[in-house]
Amino acid sequence: MSQPFRRASGGRIDRNRPLTVSFNGKTLEGFAGDTVASMLLASGQHLAGRSFKYHRPRGILSHGSDEPSALLSVDWRHDRGPGYRDPNNRASVVEARDGLVVKTQNHWPSLALDIGAVNDLLSPIFVAGFYYKTFMWPKRFWDKVYEPIIRKAAGLGEAPEYPDPDHYANRHAHADVLIVGAGPAGLAAALTASADASKRVILADEGAEPGGALLNDLTSTIDGQPAMDWVEDAVATLDGRENVILLPRTTGFGYYNHNHVCLVERVSDHRADAPEGLARERLWQVRARQVVLATGSHERPLVFENNDKPGVMLAESLRAYVNRWAVLPGDALIVVTAAASAYRTALDAKAAGMRVEIVDIRLGADCGPELAAARDAGITVRTGHTVIRALGGNRVGALVVAPIGTDGSIGPKLTLDCDCVAMSGGWTPSVHLFSQSRGKLAFDTEIDAFVPDKSVQAERSAGACRGLYDLGAVLADGFAAGSDAIGGAASPQPVEASAAFTGFQPVRVLPSDADPSRIKAFVDFQNDVTVKDIKLAVREGFESIEHVKRYTTTGMATDQGKTSNMNALGLVAGILNRPIPAVGTTTFRPPYTPVSFGALIGPARNELFDPVRKTPIDGWAAQNGAVFEPVGLWRRARYFPQAGEDMQAALARETKAVRSTVGIFDASTLGKIEVVGPDAAEFMNRIYTNAWNKLKTGGCRYGLMLREDGFVYDDGVVARLAENRFHVTTTTGGAPRVLRHMEDYLQTEWPDLDVFLTSITEQWAVIALQGPKARDVLEPFVSEIELSETAFPHMTVKTGSVCGVPCRLFRVSFTGELGYEVNVPADYGEAVWTTLFNAGQKHGITPYGTEAMHVLRAEVGYIVVGQETDGTATPDDVGLSGLVSKVKPDFVGKRSLSRPDMVAAGRRQLVGLLTKDPNEVLDEGAQVVKDPGQPIPMKMIGHVTSSYRSENCGRSIAMAMIDDGRARIGETVFATTPTGFTEAVIAPAVFYEVKGETADA
Amino acid sequence: MLLIRCPYCGERPETEFHCGGEAHIARPDTPADISDADWGSFLYTRTNPKGLHAERWLHAHGCGRWFNALRDTVSDAFVTTYEMGTPRPDPISETAKA
Ligand SMILES: [Zn+2]
Repeated sequence: MSQPFRRASGGRIDRNRPLTVSFNGKTLEGFAGDTVASMLLASGQHLAGRSFKYHRPRGILSHGSDEPSALLSVDWRHDRGPGYRDPNNRASVVEARDGLVVKTQNHWPSLALDIGAVNDLLSPIFVAGFYYKTFMWPKRFWDKVYEPIIRKAAGLGEAPEYPDPDHYANRHAHADVLIVGAGPAGLAAALTASADASKRVILADEGAEPGGALLNDLTSTIDGQPAMDWVEDAVATLDGRENVILLPRTTGFGYYNHNHVCLVERVSDHRADAPEGLARERLWQVRARQVVLATGSHERPLVFENNDKPGVMLAESLRAYVNRWAVLPGDALIVVTAAASAYRTALDAKAAGMRVEIVDIRLGADCGPELAAARDAGITVRTGHTVIRALGGNRVGALVVAPIGTDGSIGPKLTLDCDCVAMSGGWTPSVHLFSQSRGKLAFDTEIDAFVPDKSVQAERSAGACRGLYDLGAVLADGFAAGSDAIGGAASPQPVEASAAFTGFQPVRVLPSDADPSRIKAFVDFQNDVTVKDIKLAVREGFESIEHVKRYTTTGMATDQGKTSNMNALGLVAGILNRPIPAVGTTTFRPPYTPVSFGALIGPARNELFDPVRKTPIDGWAAQNGAVFEPVGLWRRARYFPQAGEDMQAALARETKAVRSTVGIFDASTLGKIEVVGPDAAEFMNRIYTNAWNKLKTGGCRYGLMLREDGFVYDDGVVARLAENRFHVTTTTGGAPRVLRHMEDYLQTEWPDLDVFLTSITEQWAVIALQGPKARDVLEPFVSEIELSETAFPHMTVKTGSVCGVPCRLFRVSFTGELGYEVNVPADYGEAVWTTLFNAGQKHGITPYGTEAMHVLRAEVGYIVVGQETDGTATPDDVGLSGLVSKVKPDFVGKRSLSRPDMVAAGRRQLVGLLTKDPNEVLDEGAQVVKDPGQPIPMKMIGHVTSSYRSENCGRSIAMAMIDDGRARIGETVFATTPTGFTEAVIAPAVFYEVKGETADA
Repeated sequence: MLLIRCPYCGERPETEFHCGGEAHIARPDTPADISDADWGSFLYTRTNPKGLHAERWLHAHGCGRWFNALRDTVSDAFVTTYEMGTPRPDPISETAKA
């Protein structure tokens, strides 16, 4: 394809830098500075896609981020392999460069001939609410029949098939003033805001170059010079200021609390020379003292039959293509307008050599100076005319127009040939970010638009985004806004600008005498919503604009209704005969334009998605074939399979070894907190249910912690290392919240206590040796500690050395067997582990993981907080009332334990469950009923909390919480299984009796 | 994301903090003397106002200290933050200050 519609000169393209883009397998030619849309138009290609529901041919409506129709699949780095393609890119904002491979979407077998277009003929079934009406019944048809058909027939691009191979950057920044939008208002604001060198200013704009609407403008002047000269001066000035950051290609998409504004910068998509590894996009999270919104406005389409034909564009967009990209979108142009600004399009197109006519909805008397200007230029203007319909196939070929009588009647029709149409229904300020900031909107009847009213955050709007359309007014407003943002310190710079053609007459649907039930006049192009759909929705009783939106899907597409919202709103208000403010407006939500998941995620993916906490012994476990599982953020060894073993086989071997010889277990993830200070014992008394005064130095105690509401919060062994020093252990997952809980009480309830709390979880590696041979393994390596039963009994702690490394040695057990927990500084963890493991070989030492640990503790009836408890269990419920001091006057949770509900009969209590079939292992979480024959809904009397196959018991074992469970021991109950129920007997929650030197004292 | 002024560290983003619910609910000195109903209220009854709300915040990923804040539940604006143990500021005088 050559460029038959490229003008010989002009435009903001670099003709010395030609480039090509692959479009549906053909080669498009263009220049640096082009977008894919401008290249398509230069080649004469208007047809750019098929619509969402009806598969109607669609062209390019706009020149910016509000484009609803020309959505393309773009393979950004075809040469780098698969995965660089993403769908639904707006052709108008895809900057052209060598190497892009773009394809149209939503058609089969080809763009020009699309079988799905039969939907257009079947359109009566696709009316408003068709999802709700057609597919309600029968329900089972949904998965098998309706959904696949809808997905095939209606929809936009195809989702990527591969993980995104690009990477994305993330940056946090602070600014005194953040300005969103670098059009005339934004540039002016930046100039005054940054004049004070102490103010850090960020100016961001979604376009490739600053200037906003002035980039399309060849005629406006500022201080007597072409407007773009002023833009270039302004940019040069800002560039020279150290306190200014200019961010082109950066879209402010979300305005959150306390002036937290998120922007996304396109870093490399536009660069053919981008090195591999350069981030594709960068997410900016800016916290600004003050924000200036200079986000401009969106042009409204006109609503008439077939207003979606390719070749029908927004008037300002057509002007942009002619002036900025030096492209003529056709030879014969008809400008249809209700707005004065479109006359500038007509004049510029005429000057560029197009044949131009104007059809103005307004009466001549309602027009301003633009009318004479057009007529003086030799342009035929038909005022007081309407468009009945557009004609044509894959491209507009003519408009049928007619005069509107003073009584509203449609006069004799006239068919005007054309090959492109520029339409304007006026302008809508872009209040999206303002609205996201929670600012309140007010309806300005004068300009038929919602404008920013009361600010909630430290921001102000400037220029077209608050309804100012005259260039001089926009500039003055920008200067004032920038000055205001720094406290009014800078004096506004007065400039003189040429007058613009402004003003429009709002029109919701162009008058027509055609049968409204037979025509398609589109309000929302991207979601294929027509006037008929909206009328139907209102007739069916949907009066709230939020309901109309959801029922018809108008404004719900990826363009968020930038071009369609006001037309839809005005139409609903008109049908209901209510003023627009009474109908209201829909909520603007982030993101302003679609944002890639990659940008939002940034580097937080794969191994950086969730940081993995590894213990000091993790490396050894990995080398020795451990299968890991995540426990909170920790990665823990779950079991150590030997060749040919599955988990059950490994578990059987590991659990038997602990009870017959000795097992070694990495318990480093245990939460550890040191409680130190003169009031440490008093603090412990208040935080735990247990009494601590009688615990001697060197003693250990199993501590139970409640919340103030009396429910079990955490547990763990506590060692008293000295009169004023406790070494507290917590559950693996509970460490941070236990420390927070302790700090909370210490700081806010008992600030008089002289106590310090320090997390020491990461400082100590913990190696558990459990089993009859544990002492034999450990003894040769211990110095300064005597291990004999009398010198070092169960539940005591001593400090000394192991393998020459300082250690805190605990004589404790979570298996019921003789056990030690060797605490050594984390850096020595792996060395000590390896030494003990190697020396233990002759005793049959076996490494075991968390799975075996769980089975072993269940065999002897030890609970796991968070597994047996669920935040509603009291100490007595789980059989631990013996740990609750009766003599302490107070501790956290004590008062709650005597509340009526807490002492009432019938509470769920911890018991064991033994299945009738000893080989059957219950599901954890299974519900328990007394009689499986009872009618549904059944009365559930409890649930299974832990369930395992126990090799040591030679059968399955389970723990359960059962209503009044301890009184029901011996009763038969039934637990749910995936297919029904299975029988079990309630038993005490202890399944294995330890022989020999037992741990329990 | 909220911006919260820790009285000890200054303004920091919300992700560094943990909210601890309504402030100025003192734990009774002798819970044993409290009736079941009053203890139930202490545990569970909160004001949930529309407007200014005194609440506890912990600068968890910072200095680790608890403090109180007056936040407007409608606008999410923090009117002021203040140290634990000091009385709730009078919002009218705060407004007058501003
Ligand atoms: Zn702090």
